[in-house]
Amino acid sequence: MTAIDPRAPAVADLGALRRKRGTGAALIVLAGVILLLFGDAAGDATFRLSRPRDAWVLGDLIVPALPVIQIAAALTAFLGARQFLRGGGRWTTLSLGVGLALFVMAFLVWATAGKAFSLTGMLQATMVRAVPIALGGLAATLCERVAVVNIAVEGMLLAGAFTGALMGSVIGGWGGLVSAVAVGGVFGFLLAALVVTYRMDQIIAGVVINLFVLGLTSYVSSQVFAEMRHLNNAPVFRSWKIPVLGDIPVIGPMLFDQNIFVYGALVMVAVSTYYLFHTAHGLRARAVGEHPRAADTLGIDVYRTRYIHVTLGGMVAGFGGAWFTLGSVGRFDENMTGGRGFIGLAAMIFGRWHPVGALMAALVFGFTDSLQQKLALLQTPIPSEFLAMAPYIATIVVVAGLVGRARPPAADGKPYVKD
Amino acid sequence: MSDRGAVDSLLQRAAPGRAEFEDLVIVPLFAVAVALILGALTMLATGVDMATIGRSYVALLQGSVGSLGALSETLTAAVPLVLAALGLALGFRTGLFNIGAEGQLLMGGLAAVIFGFSFPGLPFPVLMPLCLLAGALTGALYAAIAGYLRAATGAHEVISTIMLNLISYRLLDWMLSLDWVQREGRSDPVSRSVPPNAELPRLLDWLDPNLRVHAGIFLMLLAVWAVHWLLFRSKLGFEFRASGANPDAARYAGIRASLVIVLAMALAGALAGLAGANQVLGVLGRATPGFSAGIGFDAIAVALLGRSHPVGVLFAGLLFGALEAGGRQMQVDAGVSIDLIGIIQALIIVFIAAPLLVRAIFPWGFRRRDKGGAR
Repeated sequence: MTAIDPRAPAVADLGALRRKRGTGAALIVLAGVILLLFGDAAGDATFRLSRPRDAWVLGDLIVPALPVIQIAAALTAFLGARQFLRGGGRWTTLSLGVGLALFVMAFLVWATAGKAFSLTGMLQATMVRAVPIALGGLAATLCERVAVVNIAVEGMLLAGAFTGALMGSVIGGWGGLVSAVAVGGVFGFLLAALVVTYRMDQIIAGVVINLFVLGLTSYVSSQVFAEMRHLNNAPVFRSWKIPVLGDIPVIGPMLFDQNIFVYGALVMVAVSTYYLFHTAHGLRARAVGEHPRAADTLGIDVYRTRYIHVTLGGMVAGFGGAWFTLGSVGRFDENMTGGRGFIGLAAMIFGRWHPVGALMAALVFGFTDSLQQKLALLQTPIPSEFLAMAPYIATIVVVAGLVGRARPPAADGKPYVKD
Repeated sequence: MSDRGAVDSLLQRAAPGRAEFEDLVIVPLFAVAVALILGALTMLATGVDMATIGRSYVALLQGSVGSLGALSETLTAAVPLVLAALGLALGFRTGLFNIGAEGQLLMGGLAAVIFGFSFPGLPFPVLMPLCLLAGALTGALYAAIAGYLRAATGAHEVISTIMLNLISYRLLDWMLSLDWVQREGRSDPVSRSVPPNAELPRLLDWLDPNLRVHAGIFLMLLAVWAVHWLLFRSKLGFEFRASGANPDAARYAGIRASLVIVLAMALAGALAGLAGANQVLGVLGRATPGFSAGIGFDAIAVALLGRSHPVGVLFAGLLFGALEAGGRQMQVDAGVSIDLIGIIQALIIVFIAAPLLVRAIFPWGFRRRDKGGAR
């Protein structure tokens, strides 16, 4: 290979060099920004690790604000310089990740300086807010692994939220949850029918489902719910603490003292990872996503596989949608998903079309989301609108591939026409 | 046989045949009819009685084309839809699915308002066009972010434009709370008003001061012509369409794909920004949170319905404008929520975008093609 075109490796080196240098320079700039923006901190920052009524109480974590910020800036600058001079390869992404984490840490310390802040509470909120995004990402992953682009995740979440509120009010919480899953599945099946059988453009089909669900739910909520309030008053699933595990400081409240949606999301991510990557059926599904014609030749029914997985994806999204009503407020509002489905799509891309990756990405988004909420309490001088933008900007940054580019399933978005 | 095929295809190009007639007329007609029927079923399902359903569709008709005032409302509602949808159509032709018209529209409208009240001393023939230009440029810049990200990093424009939409809402809220933007003496987020010499003049207010139709309709017609010329008569438009039809072939033919993407997004944003400027200069007179009222999303439907053709977009925009104006009348007369219009619009697009579905439902409407006579 190298003998044929001796220039090729040189060109690749040049690209890698530029990326290495660029990342290094960006990190050094980031260090400057940390010093410039957060250098005026004074006093101690208090982070609470336990809640008052916890079984095992940990002491508060008290750090002097200014020195910590300076150390964070110095570390970032060091990483940047190292990256600039001799980084590359795996180090590029790793340094960038560590640099961003240091930036967030410095920001938190700056915002908390002279005040107290419950770290455990924020981590718990992070997990809760990550749930709809993770489930949206998981739904999209299931669909895209069989090469169906599912822009309709947003609409499926909204449909799940609506059904959860309506049926939850009529037949109770569990009935509402089951109905939400079923309705999500119906929309998944509808999407599959439109794109697999009627070969509609996948993105247009998704947009149409989103529009339709938005129109239908808004119509019913203003036509029916406005007068009959008892139809929009569902019971909420309370959190259920797992004995012993729930008492572990910090991670106990985050992972083991939550409601059924958090446990459900974790279980689904685990099950779908096992299914997709460790079973024969999962292998067949992925084959349909990578090379449908080859899969067809081997006797896999491409259409049926797509129908099944898109419907499953819809059911997962319906479950995630029920979180909005049955898992938090019990009441449906127009367009209450507010773009979470799209953030879920971004989480899927960030997570490289892998359920666990999507969950991790969702946690990052959940973190920015809950950070914004908690920071409003700390009264930082930053306008709240900008904090509210943070998750969206994070999504753009992530999708733009600053964290490294990922490869979608090869046949993603392409309809398959059987000979 | 091959000669015959070539002649046929030439003939077909010269005179639109039955097949195109089916695509352009019968499918949309069926789509609208089925959507209205399904809309009625939705009303039935939510406990609306038959008399009210009849009354609401009468109101829909009256409110859209039933009087001079209704026509004026239809046109007023159609102008921003057509402008924004033209931009989206340009993107679709280039293979870009831009969902960001809403945000581009908000940013463009806000820029037009700010420019207007910042230079109230300029005379009308200077200030009004400059306000429109400010709106178009801001929309173009905002959309170009997504275009640049797509070209430089491969970030899918669907996700980045949706995120830019969400960012634009917050940005608008923040701007409206700034001292130099917010109206004096108000604590709620309302911008200062556009001065009278920046407004798009109303055309029929000498007949009746309630007729809101304004000079924006000329802007709309001009834009339809300009986009048609750009897409089908200019070199740039050819590059756009070539990139949309086959990106690889276009690249091998020497078309700079990245430049085309950024330019197409910027032009789409300029048209959306123009739509926003048109709203604030012609109808609203100021900016408030969410003044776009979902026009940017409805425009997606309009562009799809118009088959991404400028003239098709014009007619689709008029139809959606009529639905919008009629829907308001429907809400007043029959007490049926205007959100029903959203359902009808979504159904129309489903049937337009999946002609196979319409053919499956109405096989008797398409008998010619089944016999294979045209081929």
